[in-house]
Amino acid sequence: MQQLLLLGDEAIAQGAIDAGISGVYAYPGTPSTEITEYIQSSKEASNRNIRSLWSANEKTAMESAIGMSYAGKKALVCMKHVGLNVAADAFVNAGITGANGGLVVLSADDPSMHSSQNEQDSRFYGKFSLIPCMEPSNQQEAYDMTRYAFEISEKFGTPVLIRVTTRLAHSRAGVIRKEILDQNEMHLPSDLKQFVLLPAIARKQYNKLLGKQDQFEADSAQSGYNKLIDGPDKSRGIIACGIAYNYLMENYEDGIIPHPVFKVGQYPIDRNMLSKLYEAVDEILVLEDGYPIIEELLKGMLDKGKTVRGRLDGSIPRAGELNPNIVGKALKLETSEGFNTPEILAGRPPRLCDGCSHTDSFLALNEAMEAYSKGRVFSDIGCYTLSALAPLESINSCVDMGASITMAIGAADAGLVPSVAAIGDSTFTHSGITGLLDAVNCNAPITVLIMDNSTTGMTGGQTSSAFEKVDAIVRGVGVEEEHIKVITPLKRNHEENLKIYKEELAYEGVSVIIARRECIQTLARRMKQKAIQKREAKKA
Amino acid sequence: MKKDIILGGVGGQGILTIAATIGTAALMEGLQLKQAEVHGMSQRGGDVQSNLRLSSKPIASDLIPEGKADLIISVEPMESLRYMNMLNKESGWIISSMNPVKNISNYPDLEEVLAEIWKLPKNVTIDAENVAKEQGSVKAANIVILGAASPFLGLKVESLEAAIEQIFSKKGEEMVKLNLKAFRAGREYAEKRT
Ligand SMILES: Cc1ncc(C[n+]2csc(CCOP(=O)(O)OP(=O)(O)O)c2C)c(N)n1
Repeated sequence: MQQLLLLGDEAIAQGAIDAGISGVYAYPGTPSTEITEYIQSSKEASNRNIRSLWSANEKTAMESAIGMSYAGKKALVCMKHVGLNVAADAFVNAGITGANGGLVVLSADDPSMHSSQNEQDSRFYGKFSLIPCMEPSNQQEAYDMTRYAFEISEKFGTPVLIRVTTRLAHSRAGVIRKEILDQNEMHLPSDLKQFVLLPAIARKQYNKLLGKQDQFEADSAQSGYNKLIDGPDKSRGIIACGIAYNYLMENYEDGIIPHPVFKVGQYPIDRNMLSKLYEAVDEILVLEDGYPIIEELLKGMLDKGKTVRGRLDGSIPRAGELNPNIVGKALKLETSEGFNTPEILAGRPPRLCDGCSHTDSFLALNEAMEAYSKGRVFSDIGCYTLSALAPLESINSCVDMGASITMAIGAADAGLVPSVAAIGDSTFTHSGITGLLDAVNCNAPITVLIMDNSTTGMTGGQTSSAFEKVDAIVRGVGVEEEHIKVITPLKRNHEENLKIYKEELAYEGVSVIIARRECIQTLARRMKQKAIQKREAKKA
Repeated sequence: MKKDIILGGVGGQGILTIAATIGTAALMEGLQLKQAEVHGMSQRGGDVQSNLRLSSKPIASDLIPEGKADLIISVEPMESLRYMNMLNKESGWIISSMNPVKNISNYPDLEEVLAEIWKLPKNVTIDAENVAKEQGSVKAANIVILGAASPFLGLKVESLEAAIEQIFSKKGEEMVKLNLKAFRAGREYAEKRT
């Protein structure tokens, strides 16, 4: 079959298309975004009518996918790791309901926090929900495993989690496609109460799920995604999970590893293989590109068995992603070094683009806040979070999506009046609306700045669910008309905007300032497209 | 054949076009490749890098081990310094633009930056913007640097030029011509210098 050069994310997307999905449901988030974008721009996917519009957040995405699975069709859900926290209620309970049509959840982890606020390991969620979890080591496996995940999802009637990390998500390699499978016909579950998690039914369903655990484990052995590879030197055995296997291989030029290796790509792992490895070797090194999950289980609380090395004993740094050198050192091999980094090298942190509307929003806010003591601006996640850094230094928090408004309520309750919330349009519809409703219901003395750049900027400019809806939502939630102000954040409007900020900060109730100006990146892209269209029209 | 390449630059400079061109040429020659890219946060004017690995044999890791890179190709001079720990001390080449992007307040003295590059045994520095301008547009500075790096890539000139044609053909015949000229000018410069 055809060989394609694909990012790990794209391999997953193509795998899902070829597995016969009828829909992908997702909210953008690095490093998962390219999966959905690939499906959105795939001709094959549109010919097959695969639905692929962005959802408002990860929870709504997860629930829509559960609905599609209920109706018998195959659905993929994609998110970044912290998105799984947002979707967790639906996700964990989907383990209990089980799946009808294939239901696969993709969570992309970000060890080293390249673009995230933590480096949580999604494999925990697989275990938490008691469902199978796949962890590919390369792009081909990402493709194959996605197909396989749909297969076992339907075979066992369970959602399946796929976990990848940034490196695989954003690295390209050749991938060989297989035949494309049909989509399912709509068919409802044979038991129409399966998805009704009333306690009496939930208990039954939960026991069913518990009963499947042995099958899940047996499948990890027979699928080939748990593999024991023997080696002559039994002084050490190695467990390599997911992409860690590549870093291990990189350290042996001929690709032959002298020690026994347990390659793990599917969970729950096969304990027979594990036991065989454990019995055969003197000590075990565990390589995981994430939390030390297997390592901790193997060590146990009392650590009375054989020596287990990894992140917990310092053989590997406790935090951050793996790389070939870290793994080489843990293997006690000689690792190479390059030149020393010159001292004059300066850091180059990300920054707001020149001409960004957020800069003008914050310049006015900073000036308006000069009348008050410092530390009052709660913010959220998006490009505007970069205003925490010099030169703006405008904001004092960024915790999780939507937290700006709700933290401002709590701080105001504690006496910090006025408190300010600064939130982007996409984040507002992701999980800011309910917080604003809380604020209205308790008439919190807060000022909410909604920075509406009409896109989801940070992740590359995806269509925002809030597009052209912010004003109506704010009104609908019940903010008083005279305290809803729409401004255009531009240098030339500075004085006028400043006056509005000052007035609303002085008001001891909920006020909302909507700062609306298009993201300059999407504007530039739009202009470029327009120019191309014009040129083509001329030609024609 | 095995080449491990670090591409460096600043978010928005388009190092991925260079990566895509080299990758396309490598595929034409039947090589295997892995290319780790940076997406997300740092694309907002921060430092960005890509690990590009070419080989006639299967490639294990998406990341190049420290001290093993054959080549650092940087479209910004200070950014080439960021990856010096990755460079092979015996055989590694640095190919760097001399045109700084000063979007930070503490950008070091350019002379000092260049001096650090020149300290290395194997380096090519090039005023890519000027060379590109001479060929018709500063926009092609990227491809000038690719041209300057091309003698060290272990790929045939014909494959690289075919790759440029393929990649820029979407943008029209003029863009293809401009970038081919830029590529050749960069290559000539590097060949004269070494
Ligand atoms: C739960 C969760 N989902 C997704 C993300 C990824 N993410 C970070 S910022 C952002 C977009 C923010 O868009 P918006 O609020 O409109 O601000 P902008 O970047 O456009 O300024 C997304 C999707 C995240 N950090 N957390």
